[in-house]
Amino acid sequence: MSEITPEVVAQHGLTDDEYKLVLDIMGREPNLTELGIFSVMWSEHCSYKSSKKWLKTLPTEAPWVICGPGENAGIVDIGEGLAAVFKMESHNHPSFIEPYQGAATGVGGILRDVFTMGARPVANLNALRFGSPDNAKTRHLVAGVVAGIGGYGNCVGVPTIGGETNFHASYNGNILVNAMTVGIAPADKIFYSAAAGIGNPVVYAGSKTGRDGIHGATMASAEFDEKSEEKRPTVQVGDPFTEKLLIEACLELMATDAIVAIQDMGAAGLTSSSFEMASKGGLGVELELDRVPMREEGMTPYELMLSESQERMLMVLKPGKEELAQAIFHKWELDFAVIGHLTETGRMVLKWHGETVGDLPIDPLAQASPEYDRPHEIKRETRGVRANETPEVPWKEALTQLVGCPDLASRRWIWEQYDHMVMGDTVVRPGGDAGVVRIHGTNRGLAATTDCTPRYVQADPVEGGKQAVAEAWRNLTAVGARPLAITDNMNFGNPEKPEIMGQFVGACQGMAEACKALDFPVVSGNVSLYNETAGQPIMPTPAIGAVGLIDDLDRMATVPFKASDEIIVVLGETLGERGSGWIANSLYLRELLGREEGAPPPVDLAHERKVGDFVRGLIGAGSVTACHDVSDGGLMIALAEMAMASGIGFDITCDPGPRHAYLFGEDQGRYIVTVKENDVPAVTGAAEKAGVPVRVLGYTNGDAIVVNGEAGPTVSELRAINERWLPELMSAEVVEPGGVPAE
Amino acid sequence: MKAAVIVFPGSNCDRDVAVALERVAGTKPLMLWHRETEVPSDLDLIVVPGGFSYGDYLRSGAMAAHSPVMAGVKAAADKGVRVLGICNGFQILTESHLLPGALMRNRDLKFICKDVHLTVESADSDFTRGYADGQVVRYPVAHHDGNFFADDETLAAIEDAGQVAFRYCQPDGTVDADANINGSRNNIAGLFNRDRTVLGLMPHPERLIDQHLGGTDGVPMFKSLLEALS
Repeated sequence: MSEITPEVVAQHGLTDDEYKLVLDIMGREPNLTELGIFSVMWSEHCSYKSSKKWLKTLPTEAPWVICGPGENAGIVDIGEGLAAVFKMESHNHPSFIEPYQGAATGVGGILRDVFTMGARPVANLNALRFGSPDNAKTRHLVAGVVAGIGGYGNCVGVPTIGGETNFHASYNGNILVNAMTVGIAPADKIFYSAAAGIGNPVVYAGSKTGRDGIHGATMASAEFDEKSEEKRPTVQVGDPFTEKLLIEACLELMATDAIVAIQDMGAAGLTSSSFEMASKGGLGVELELDRVPMREEGMTPYELMLSESQERMLMVLKPGKEELAQAIFHKWELDFAVIGHLTETGRMVLKWHGETVGDLPIDPLAQASPEYDRPHEIKRETRGVRANETPEVPWKEALTQLVGCPDLASRRWIWEQYDHMVMGDTVVRPGGDAGVVRIHGTNRGLAATTDCTPRYVQADPVEGGKQAVAEAWRNLTAVGARPLAITDNMNFGNPEKPEIMGQFVGACQGMAEACKALDFPVVSGNVSLYNETAGQPIMPTPAIGAVGLIDDLDRMATVPFKASDEIIVVLGETLGERGSGWIANSLYLRELLGREEGAPPPVDLAHERKVGDFVRGLIGAGSVTACHDVSDGGLMIALAEMAMASGIGFDITCDPGPRHAYLFGEDQGRYIVTVKENDVPAVTGAAEKAGVPVRVLGYTNGDAIVVNGEAGPTVSELRAINERWLPELMSAEVVEPGGVPAE
Repeated sequence: MKAAVIVFPGSNCDRDVAVALERVAGTKPLMLWHRETEVPSDLDLIVVPGGFSYGDYLRSGAMAAHSPVMAGVKAAADKGVRVLGICNGFQILTESHLLPGALMRNRDLKFICKDVHLTVESADSDFTRGYADGQVVRYPVAHHDGNFFADDETLAAIEDAGQVAFRYCQPDGTVDADANINGSRNNIAGLFNRDRTVLGLMPHPERLIDQHLGGTDGVPMFKSLLEALS
């Protein structure tokens, strides 16, 4: 009787139609190993079957782009013979099941994507979303994820220089852990994954293969249910020490001319890496699976092909270079084995002690995976919220409540657990608009940020998608960097639901508009769908990771005020609805009035670009002493953040009218800068000439915060509130859902 | 000054300290691989850098202390060659018994990365001559296991012999419990051997060596060594 029953097919996550396609391609019934290979290659995670139609619509080109999507990571030219290599990737499902290892291996995986291409990783970032702070699981997940990210990144010795964290009930059952790595490589020595040279040896290096993570990619392609906890064995275990050795060994080997092609073994392990290399090279491959270094006895070909053990690399070497490569890997005490060779057959042949245990055609499997045009419905909220019809909470109260709210409270508790200074080049530490690392041995810098405002995307996927890209661009601009390109990490619910698919399609549309208008192409990315538990989807979260270049580190800007009695200027338009400030869908509305409603603030991309280019020019000319973009919480929060970062207060005046909307409205495309008094006429004059709305708000001042002559909290009081929230949350007594303190 | 930096599998501050040494001394230090069984006889300074040697999968520094190169480092230290251990290097020096005491998990059990203030307890050493007695300096820390422990008797001996090099303090120099970031006994952040030829410390002087990184408080340590050993 056949071992491939309908039940077995279903367990492998293949639909009836997909299985028919399998039979067509094979011309016979597959064996279990072959079925397993189809299953992972055609999983949503590996095949992008629901998303690729829309991903293709994103702009991916610019003169400085060396390599766009499709390789392990995206690559941009950063001058002086160097290239920045970067990507962001999700590890959402594993992190919910086992937060420490899930997050740790997320960092490990993204690091490998970057150094596989010949780059030394120089910075890590992350974008995290957790459930409601009072959800019983949240603190356990925060503690585990943060420790896991730190545990891996700190040991590997790559600084974690930035990130973002949100809390919202929609993530109660599906947290998001998106990790980003930026690396630097010689622009003329980049390594790709396309195999070449019939007969060339295929070698395996790194850790041994164990039984961990089998079917991880398939798990990441299905909704969660109550039984998801049982999937714990599908989560991989990370070994950052081995990763560190692997980085050094690979970079050492890459300095020779031994490598033809290289690919890390990530999701779907040996299957995905070998298929991709052979498919891109238009070749076949024969693997002798019994030669794969194994962690335990009795492993089967099925397990070897599907294991997601970490810290492993697959390479095609030039003939005769095996010994040289082996010596390097052995020096670093890593496993090394020649496990096969390239063939001209276009087929993957798997041998087990000389016997053929699998024989599949490569191209149809790797390239002819299903592509769906799923039904979608884009829902866009257009209703605004009128400022003069919303209650005005006294500004002092609103300010103190907002700086201590979950989405705005200090993240120090998180980033002090990450080594953000190792490698000795961190110029802007976490907590600013963008992290900045010096390009080693130069006076230039790379700026990097991660951004998304999920509540905007939820209300209007198109505007929200646009805003996520624009905010990343703005954060790079605010430090004085020239924005180069982005990586996108598309986190959404179940794409089989038209409304969710509509969120995805709408976000892509908005992102594409923004990328085009800002010359800010997408060079790499990752899609994570099915982020739902028991039918409850997450808020749509297209997290944007972005990289920019600073030509001269002596000409950049940071968030803190620098001295008292400097003039505070806001650049960009505060339009709102009827000129008062955009209060709909703001944090003010949500945190103070308990209303999550209304259209998000629109992004006028032409205005965005004009204002941003002007601000960057000011920073480059040395005309401003501090700069911060205006985002969540509006003008008042941006000012408060500049004050708390410096210990220096401010005194501002605003027009009569709905003051809460002016102070806390979230109109886009705005920056606050400080200018020395003598330079004010020059700055405002230049702004007017450039058509950039400019307004002098007030001046920096002692440690008081004053609005229209009325004094509020001192900077130190505000800072205490801002710093208190997260440590208190994390150290509070654990209360079980029943209300009884745990032992 | 002829300096060498030891490189263990898992070291990750080896480059950082080499950069600091080169910046101050003008010459690149020798990088010594952990498998070397002998260290060159003409060295003036050996640096045991920060990182996670051998993954720190046993106690931090415990495996490195038994690596081939450490036998040579111990022999050199016995001859008076200056030895500087930073972070994981400090852990390795205590595990090697070149320094007394041990470094345990931080009191709050979390990794800590931030700038801290330290008092220079003694400027009378080749490592600290560039500072003044009692001067407050700011260095970054980045560690999980920096909680210095010694039993009462050992601690008394350390204090009596004036072996404490640095203590965690407030920005104004006050040494108190609030400034003690990791639970170290007597706020000890750095320690000499009796002859003051070996220094181990948890904070990273090599991370604050130019204004772009946020400060230069680390520079005098490397200058002190250069002046003493040239």
